[in-house]
Amino acid sequence: MSDLTKKSLTEIVSLIKKKEIKSEEVTNLFIKNIKNDKKLNSFITNCNDNAVKKAKNFDKNPKLDTLLPGIPIAVKDLFCTKGVKTTAGSKMLNNFIPNYESTITKNLWNEGAFLLGKLNCDEYAMGSSNETSFFGNVMNPVAENTVPGGSSGGSASALTANLTPTTIGTDTGGSIRQPASFTGTVGLKPTYGLCSRWGIVAFASSLDQAGPMTKTVEDCALMLEAMAGFDEKDSTSINKKKENYSKNLTNNIKGLKIGIPKEYRVDGMPKEIDKLWENGKKILKESGAEIIDISLPNTKYALPTYYIVAPAEASSNLARYDGVKYGFRSNKGTNLIEMYENTRSEGFGDEVKRRILIGTYVLSSGYYDAYYIKAQKVRQLIKNDFDESFKKVDAILTPSTPSTAFKIGEKKNDPISMYLNDIFTVPVNLAGIPAISIPAGTDNNNYPLGLQLIGKTLDEQKLLNIAFAAEKKINFKQNLNRWWEK
Amino acid sequence: MSIDKDKIKHVSKLARISVDEKKIDDLTKDLSSIFKFIEQLNELNTDKVKPLSSILNEPLRSRKDEINDGKIRDKILENSPKKNEEFFVVPKVIE
Repeated sequence: MSDLTKKSLTEIVSLIKKKEIKSEEVTNLFIKNIKNDKKLNSFITNCNDNAVKKAKNFDKNPKLDTLLPGIPIAVKDLFCTKGVKTTAGSKMLNNFIPNYESTITKNLWNEGAFLLGKLNCDEYAMGSSNETSFFGNVMNPVAENTVPGGSSGGSASALTANLTPTTIGTDTGGSIRQPASFTGTVGLKPTYGLCSRWGIVAFASSLDQAGPMTKTVEDCALMLEAMAGFDEKDSTSINKKKENYSKNLTNNIKGLKIGIPKEYRVDGMPKEIDKLWENGKKILKESGAEIIDISLPNTKYALPTYYIVAPAEASSNLARYDGVKYGFRSNKGTNLIEMYENTRSEGFGDEVKRRILIGTYVLSSGYYDAYYIKAQKVRQLIKNDFDESFKKVDAILTPSTPSTAFKIGEKKNDPISMYLNDIFTVPVNLAGIPAISIPAGTDNNNYPLGLQLIGKTLDEQKLLNIAFAAEKKINFKQNLNRWWEK
Repeated sequence: MSIDKDKIKHVSKLARISVDEKKIDDLTKDLSSIFKFIEQLNELNTDKVKPLSSILNEPLRSRKDEINDGKIRDKILENSPKKNEEFFVVPKVIE
């Protein structure tokens, strides 16, 4: 059999269901790739032995009527996993072993999958390059010393390098879609409330959403089906019937209307991105969709709004890390207040501290109205823009990112230029709607570029269908020489 | 609004994060550029806009006030950096 780890999740599931391969063989092949990796640094915790045990158990009594039978999956280290260290990429949680399981991972395990490892990410998911992790940079398999994007950088890197057949990430402002774009993979940010947030280390609660990161759109549909569902434990979980995204996947998109927002053509955007965007339009048109020019006039205010709302929520969420109940505690200081201050100063990295300070400031007495309330008003305007557009179109097509993967260190000392990476992804989180990034081609350096499709609330099926149709015609191929094994 | 060292010291006190004196200049510079960026929002007139309070179309659910787990004291204490039998231990608060 040709290298099984290169295959899509759907193909591997089908081979296991047809009993042509055992879960243990699959698991061992991925573990071999994990062990051969010397440079990517995509894993924080390996669960190799436990995964083999689970695979053997599966093979003894295979339940084949599940969505993910006997599939080993490594997940972003932001999902709490019972008995397995969960760090959120932070020194603060370097010793934290949850005694409960996140709803999303539990849903995956209920469908027959098991844990292969915990993947590196930006500290508390705050970053766009995976350079803020306490556990070090992650490299993009596409080229040595380039970033995989972030914050789900370890997830994107491990998936691209065939160290896991599929993975999951979280997306607060683009943390699934931007790394997917940088690595030539598929990433979906679902509608806010479709996937439970229970047991995910919180960053910004009104924006955070878990989603699948996969090699193909078909895999993405399968994973979303396994992840999504109502959860009583998350008060913002949407109570609706489960959908069969993979069964209902079709590339028939005849008559659908696709909007092209003029505000997404930004100054200084490389010509190649424009070209791929044009090509995307052409492809969808050939598939029978109608292309319509639209306007999302408040797009330029999305990023400044995000950098008020997200830090405000983060400063509140991260107040819990006080060195008392769990996590790191500094041994410096003589009283309780000094213990808090030193614990938080030593336990958090620079970017996290920066965002806590921004958030604390915009929520502080005298500034709350000028910043936080102002931002929530603009957020309403951004949401209105999308609501208006979706009266005219079924989905919106944009580039996923304003650039391809950059070099490690290139943007580290300039927070604004780093934040600008998320210019095309952030509006979606503010509006709570779904969006998917699919590989669309490469630039002159052969680095991948993604296109983003944005949909209406709970319209994931349509988004997946359009992405499926586009994927077939784009026919993107990864061409990696596995330099990280040398 | 400009960010200066005193403001940063005040906010870091509110956030209970001690800030290294050596890093305070860089931090002031970074936060000033971020706030300049954020303040683009002032170009927009939002006098007639109501602030968004939830992006969900339905109101938040409330649950019945009943105990559905419990008896997990020891489990909760397991991750504590310092404990004494059934208590979290913190530096002395009352003299």
